[in-house]
Amino acid sequence: MTKEKLLLIGNGMAGVRTIEEMMERSPRQYEITIIGEEPYTNYNRIMLSNVLQKKMTVDEIITNPLQWYEDNGITLIHHDPAVQLDPQAKQVLTAGGQCIRYDKCIIATGSRSFILPVEGAELAGVLGFRTIDDTLQMIEQAKRYKRAAVIGGGLLGLEAAKGLVDQGMDVTVVHLEKWLMETQLNEPAGNLLKKDLEKQGIRFLMEKKTTRILGTDRAEGLEFSDGSTLEADLVIMAVGIRPVTGLAKDAGLCVERGIVVDDFMATSAADVYAVGECAQHNKMVYGLVAPLYEQGKALADRLTGRPTDGYKGSTVSTSLKVSGCDLFSAGIIRESDDVKGIEAYNGLNNSYKKLFIRDRHIVGIVLYGDTSEENRYYKMLRNETDISALNPVTLLASADDEASESVAQWDDADTVCGCNGVTKGTIVNAIHTQQLTSVADVVRCTKAGNSCGKCKPMIGELLTHVLGDKVTLAPTGICGCTDLTRDDIVLQIHEKGLTTSKDVFRELGFRNAEGCSKCRPAINFYLNVTFPNEHQDEKESRFVNERMHGNIQKNGSFSVIPRMRGGQTTPQQLLKIAQVAEKYKVPLVKVTGSQRIGLYGVNKEDLPHIWEELDMTSASAYAKAVRSVKTCVGANFCRFGTQDSMGLGIKLEERYEYIDTPHKFKMGVSACPRSCVESGVKDFGVIGVENGFQIYIGGNGGTEVKESQLLTTVETEQEVIDLCGAMLQYYRKTGNYAERTAPWLERLGFEHVKSVLLDPEQSRALLAELDAAVAGKRKDPWTEVRNNEHKEKELYTVGRG
Amino acid sequence: MGTTQIKQKVFVANFDQLPPRIGREVVVEGRKIAVFRLSDDRVKAIGGVCPHKQGPLAEGIVAGEYVFCPLHEYKVSLIDGKVQEPDDGCVPTYDTLVEENKVYVLV
Repeated sequence: MTKEKLLLIGNGMAGVRTIEEMMERSPRQYEITIIGEEPYTNYNRIMLSNVLQKKMTVDEIITNPLQWYEDNGITLIHHDPAVQLDPQAKQVLTAGGQCIRYDKCIIATGSRSFILPVEGAELAGVLGFRTIDDTLQMIEQAKRYKRAAVIGGGLLGLEAAKGLVDQGMDVTVVHLEKWLMETQLNEPAGNLLKKDLEKQGIRFLMEKKTTRILGTDRAEGLEFSDGSTLEADLVIMAVGIRPVTGLAKDAGLCVERGIVVDDFMATSAADVYAVGECAQHNKMVYGLVAPLYEQGKALADRLTGRPTDGYKGSTVSTSLKVSGCDLFSAGIIRESDDVKGIEAYNGLNNSYKKLFIRDRHIVGIVLYGDTSEENRYYKMLRNETDISALNPVTLLASADDEASESVAQWDDADTVCGCNGVTKGTIVNAIHTQQLTSVADVVRCTKAGNSCGKCKPMIGELLTHVLGDKVTLAPTGICGCTDLTRDDIVLQIHEKGLTTSKDVFRELGFRNAEGCSKCRPAINFYLNVTFPNEHQDEKESRFVNERMHGNIQKNGSFSVIPRMRGGQTTPQQLLKIAQVAEKYKVPLVKVTGSQRIGLYGVNKEDLPHIWEELDMTSASAYAKAVRSVKTCVGANFCRFGTQDSMGLGIKLEERYEYIDTPHKFKMGVSACPRSCVESGVKDFGVIGVENGFQIYIGGNGGTEVKESQLLTTVETEQEVIDLCGAMLQYYRKTGNYAERTAPWLERLGFEHVKSVLLDPEQSRALLAELDAAVAGKRKDPWTEVRNNEHKEKELYTVGRG
Repeated sequence: MGTTQIKQKVFVANFDQLPPRIGREVVVEGRKIAVFRLSDDRVKAIGGVCPHKQGPLAEGIVAGEYVFCPLHEYKVSLIDGKVQEPDDGCVPTYDTLVEENKVYVLV
């Protein structure tokens, strides 16, 4: 039996969600094809402002990667828009010339930025803000141009403005109305928002109608109806969106503002449905994600033959954070003959609220600045609670008990995630039946929190409520064995003079007498730093890599990476490495990411022999410790080099090798600002300049890429070396075990760390402390094993029976 | 009832060469067995391969009566071989014997 063919036109949030809903109901019922115009797979458009504001990457906002389409047997026609729909022949033509036949077709073409039909709108430098490509272009242009004008003071326009300000542009928002976000806010709230955004550096021109974009090849400014002008070399159009209905209109479907659909999302053509921002249901076209997902559910029910009452329209509420300003809006927010408002302004925290009442019921809400009571009011609105018992003062007062009503007290039917329509009951049920223990688990299994993410704290509360100890304890303690934080523990180690981890576990009442794989290495490290002479390093508390001095591989074999200071080697070393690799049949020889040579896949038993034959020392490429220093060839060879980067790199490595740190500590020395060794993503990065060395700290090229920050510029190599030592010791003393320098710096505050390291007295003291702590301990572990015939070599023995 | 199987006594190491809480792997007829001396000097032996991704359990951190697989931290009981919540699975257990400073595993 051949399956029915389902064709989805549009690869966006509403359409793909409909397919996901169908998959949940009846996987593989249809042979599915999706036509997408953009060169990206389905992504979370709500997060574009985060991409613009550099809080997220493009990859992070992709909701369904290519793999998802493959796994679900979906054919994706990528980057090739549909151009013609023929409902009689039941086929669709794409711009690339593909013709796809269907049995059922869903149109989910969404909407586009509305570009004002004014002269100059087609000039270079005029952009919408709707897609990943728009966003990337904005980021690109922000680098080259200085002055931006954003037309439109709605949510999108304000997010765009904030993003561009963050990237160093002068931004003016041009708005037609008297106040910002006039559909969601009333005048007082809109004005508060404006004031807050002005503080963040955004300028505003209110009640200005743009009549022309000036410029010949590229936008140079705006002209307004009153004859005044504004200079701008980048213009963002954020005046609204328009449903994309051309395809449907050409095919003869009934189209008004959007494609007209019934309660089952059926259009006027047989077997053609429409969902999302392009659809018009009961005179309404929606632009928020929650109604679109509700429509998707109704359509999925219909297409998979589930009984359904269809889609009945949505009550829309908006809960938003615009550039750090919280606001909430729902229902009818204009006073009229029968709608009256009560309001309150709190000048102390600059917050404002107004409730709109009709017939003893709340019908509209505007909150600005403090939205902690949005759930309380929104519940009253949805449940049509009779508020006649409450006088205006009690209603507006932040009645602590009731207002801060925890999500735990909600009814099961109450919605926690507005975007995805997930109720408290669904979440609690999922926590129970699927044994979920983290917010991430809940997001994955229920979709709650996966769109705007604003409800994640409530999900956290629910987890705590349902699981009790199992989650409440975890966030504070360093692991499941204790509720104590790292600071608590280190303080007690000092105060009580604890010198063994056994004492720590006993004295501090750890739930497991011998800890676990998380706290054991951590406590061992804290003890080493606090009492470097009194505490005996505990081999049995070291992770296997640091116990065996090699990086364990997925099959239980190890890596051998010999030290080559500064990445400099000799023909003799290379010959030796080659001989050893051949003799021991090493499966992989590779140049590592930090300019060293690695032998991978070595058997445990061979390790001491290989070390012996190499007669080289360990590069610590497996340890939470000072790692290799990456260098460029520098002034001795490179025509751009200003300093001897290789020489300084070797000195740094020699000076600080074999020192444990909370997490790996990577360094790089470049001889000029071209920074060939990527000093900008090193924990300690040096860039040679004509008059000395710039020192950057806290960069990270790992899981979360973080650019390092300029600590200072110094004149001599010695100053670089000393500052490095001071930073190492400060990081050792204050870092959480397994915390890289980037989050450490963020936690302590860059300015604070800077003030410590650049204070000559403190800096000197830290360096002295480091030297005292590691005196006599900086030994190559491979040599230690080679020299210790019995005890150490035992570790590398495998018994044979 | 049942059959009595004669078990083979396989030498692992001298007891005083086994540091507490650091595992030792023995391979018997192709089977990997992880042997541990606990803090209280009991000696325990379990299958040496983690049921999750075949990690070498002998290299794991030992805490009390559990070992944590070095690859993904599966927590395995040294007493009954069971993988602890939230993960599941199990590895075989083996009897051990200490005679005159010599540690054996019975297979």
